[in-house]
Amino acid sequence: MRINRRRYLTQKVAKILIWMAALSTMGVMALIVLQVLSEGIPVLSPRFFLESPRSMGREGGIFSTIIGTIALTVVAIVVATPLGVGTAIFLGEYTREGRISRVIRFGIGCLAGVPSIIFGLFGFVFFVIYLNMGWSILSGGLALAAMILPTIICTAEEALKAIPYSFREVSYSLGGTKWETVTRAILPNAMPGIFTGIILGVCRSIEETAVVILTAGSSLIIPTSLFSPVRTMSVHFYILAREGISMEMAYGTGAALILLVLFVNIVANWRLNRYIRKRA
Amino acid sequence: MSLRNKVSIKEFSFYYGSIPALKSINLEIRANEIFAIFGPARSGKTTLLKSLNRLTDLTYGTNHNGTIFLEGKDIYDPKVSLTQLRRRVGIVFDLPIPLPMSIYENVAYGPSLGGTTQKKRLDETVEKALRSGVLWEEVKDRLHTSALRLSGGQQQRLCIARILALEPEVLLLDEPCSGLDPISTASIEETLTRLKKEYTIVLVPHNIQQASRVADRAGFFLNGELIEEGTAYQIFTGPKEKQTEDYVTGRFG
Amino acid sequence: MEFKEKFIEKILLLIAFSSISILALIAFFIFGEGLPLIWKIGPKAFLFGERWVPSQGSFGILPMIVGSFWVTFGALLLGIPLGLACAIFLCEWTPPWAGMILRSAIQVLAGIPSVIYGFWGLVVLVPLVRNYLGGPGLSILSGSLILSIMILPTIISISEDSLKALPPSYKAGALALGATHWETIWRVLVPAARSGIVASIILGMGRALGETMAMIMILGNAVKMPSSFLDSARTLTTNIGIEMGYATGDHRQALFATGVILFLIIMFLNALAIVLSRRRVG
Ligand SMILES: Nc1ncnc2c1ncn2[C@@H]1O[C@H](COP(=O)(O)OP(=O)(O)O)[C@@H](O)[C@H]1O
Ligand SMILES: [Mg+2]
Repeated sequence: MRINRRRYLTQKVAKILIWMAALSTMGVMALIVLQVLSEGIPVLSPRFFLESPRSMGREGGIFSTIIGTIALTVVAIVVATPLGVGTAIFLGEYTREGRISRVIRFGIGCLAGVPSIIFGLFGFVFFVIYLNMGWSILSGGLALAAMILPTIICTAEEALKAIPYSFREVSYSLGGTKWETVTRAILPNAMPGIFTGIILGVCRSIEETAVVILTAGSSLIIPTSLFSPVRTMSVHFYILAREGISMEMAYGTGAALILLVLFVNIVANWRLNRYIRKRA
Repeated sequence: MSLRNKVSIKEFSFYYGSIPALKSINLEIRANEIFAIFGPARSGKTTLLKSLNRLTDLTYGTNHNGTIFLEGKDIYDPKVSLTQLRRRVGIVFDLPIPLPMSIYENVAYGPSLGGTTQKKRLDETVEKALRSGVLWEEVKDRLHTSALRLSGGQQQRLCIARILALEPEVLLLDEPCSGLDPISTASIEETLTRLKKEYTIVLVPHNIQQASRVADRAGFFLNGELIEEGTAYQIFTGPKEKQTEDYVTGRFG
Repeated sequence: MEFKEKFIEKILLLIAFSSISILALIAFFIFGEGLPLIWKIGPKAFLFGERWVPSQGSFGILPMIVGSFWVTFGALLLGIPLGLACAIFLCEWTPPWAGMILRSAIQVLAGIPSVIYGFWGLVVLVPLVRNYLGGPGLSILSGSLILSIMILPTIISISEDSLKALPPSYKAGALALGATHWETIWRVLVPAARSGIVASIILGMGRALGETMAMIMILGNAVKMPSSFLDSARTLTTNIGIEMGYATGDHRQALFATGVILFLIIMFLNALAIVLSRRRVG
């Protein structure tokens, strides 16, 4: 009996510790988000979003950095999505497990672990200097595309894997070719998963700072072409906070960043649910 | 080879890796008959059906010996177009597998792959196929709703209609009524007897009773071998082989 | 039609190879910029030199290597137990509502930009450390605390996956033998999922080693060998991040050379994680 009591006591203690771990994780999340939002939301106003920063960001709003964020993200997604989904289709549908697929998977696994500062260095020598594109939307977008590529490939591959084998069998049995099977029976059903990967890519592009600072510059001027340098919201936030330009503006920008990422996630979930419901 | 032989299987063996699933099968299937392939589980029935339109090609690491002729043409000839072959030899699987799209899109899937893009032609094809599959009356008002919302029996008839939309010459049905209720089963069997006029049908029945109700001729498979073939009446009332008799009378195993 | 199919297959092959060729390109350009300098001053002087004074041409990155490992070690010290506990919470002991809350909390944590972590560390953690423990506050301790939160999503999600992937018979078997629920978790499930858990830790470690912006804001960036957790420090990543903006010539090459070392360490960890997570427990 004594031994049993001890065993249940251990279990009780373990349970309490695990609950504490879970609660503190939730607590830390709440602390960070609430602190930034509570200081930052009062700064937000329509003018904050619609005016460009003045005197280094001490005054005005963050308009040009919103444009910068959107421009870089769009370039990154437009480049990375076809490459990533194409690679996933190749891996999932066009090659069986073998040496080629193993090499490709290993390479992608490694790429996924490369730290963002390395993507920044690479983007700097390759796009900015070697290809002579300068600090620009294009350089930054391409470097970000390289960074989010593994995410898009992995989520797309998972999505393809989740499609039952029987759908493929049905499509082939109705006289479908491989490509017809992929585009008509498989991709439409894998869309929600692929879309999730793209959204992850969007969020990573929005929040990335190291890559962007080294490849897109930090100009506050509203860009006019793909070759214009830009500053994103994250970079703006970083410069405001680190150089102590304006705490108020930093909080405002930080709150806007958090809200943007949350907004993207919520909208994505909502669209996703609608898509799934429409097909069921 | 008489012209009435739609499909001729000659010395056909099939292997998954090194494991044989079919052993030297010789079998003729005549035009416009219902041929029943029956036997216990894992005797190679599904493998034979999938070999007839080379769906087995989708599985990696398989081999075959001997060959199969469709209207006198070798289907394993390297020049054969697989997409054409599968349109000529359609298959319905044991479980209904509607694609997650609308009823209309399911039936139109095959014809639209073939290049039928005119809306009007496609509409006609879909209606005709659904009528032959005896599903039209039940779904004509909701063609554009998801096929997943149909009942099991309706889904299987949809799968039959989906194949019929391609107007194949040979129809392969792999236990199409397993998992269906008796009423759905009766309605599918009735459909089959009507389709016989236009198609050659190879059916794996889900029990002996079904085979004896609808088949013209039948073949008994056991462990990848064709033990005996003959008219359905002869096979089910007076089989020549002991193994067939044991199976038919339920004394098997 | 045959031709079109063949053509598409070739295109897809090309796409797949361009995807991984990015890794090769990255290695090629980083090494191309960095190796000449390592060669010039000698790998030993570069790796084990304690002086980093670009204006005088001395480029020793030992303090950064040590700094990186201190910060990462500290982050793992807190991150592993916390992450593992949360993973266990999610697969074994959760009332569904609590699991859902924790899951969304982790999703939000994964979505918070790293500059925001850095900022929060700077305005909340750093003053706390300074006031209660002394030192400059901008320290390895503050950095490790922040990093341990940042790597939580990685550790939790991968550990959780590997726990979830265990056959249910493991749990049923242990419970049937009279083990308590906790004993089942700790003596059967966790050991059985260990290769996945170790992989999650290695990936978390890679993430911690690679973090740049947050660390620039919190670590204080002093180039010296750290002697306690309350010291300020510089890591391989922050070394690059801080100086890349104005470096030229040998200095810039030295930063790329720092990148080479970082790249090699991370590739090693990655390969290890991939090999480990491929190994299935039976
Ligand atoms: N995809 C496959 N891979 C390996 N073996 C298979 C596969 N499909 C079927 N088999 C084997 O081939 C044999 C015949 O199976 P099958 O044709 O499905 O028989 P039936 O339809 O009569 O039940 C069985 O022993 C089965 O295990
Ligand atoms: Mg079968």
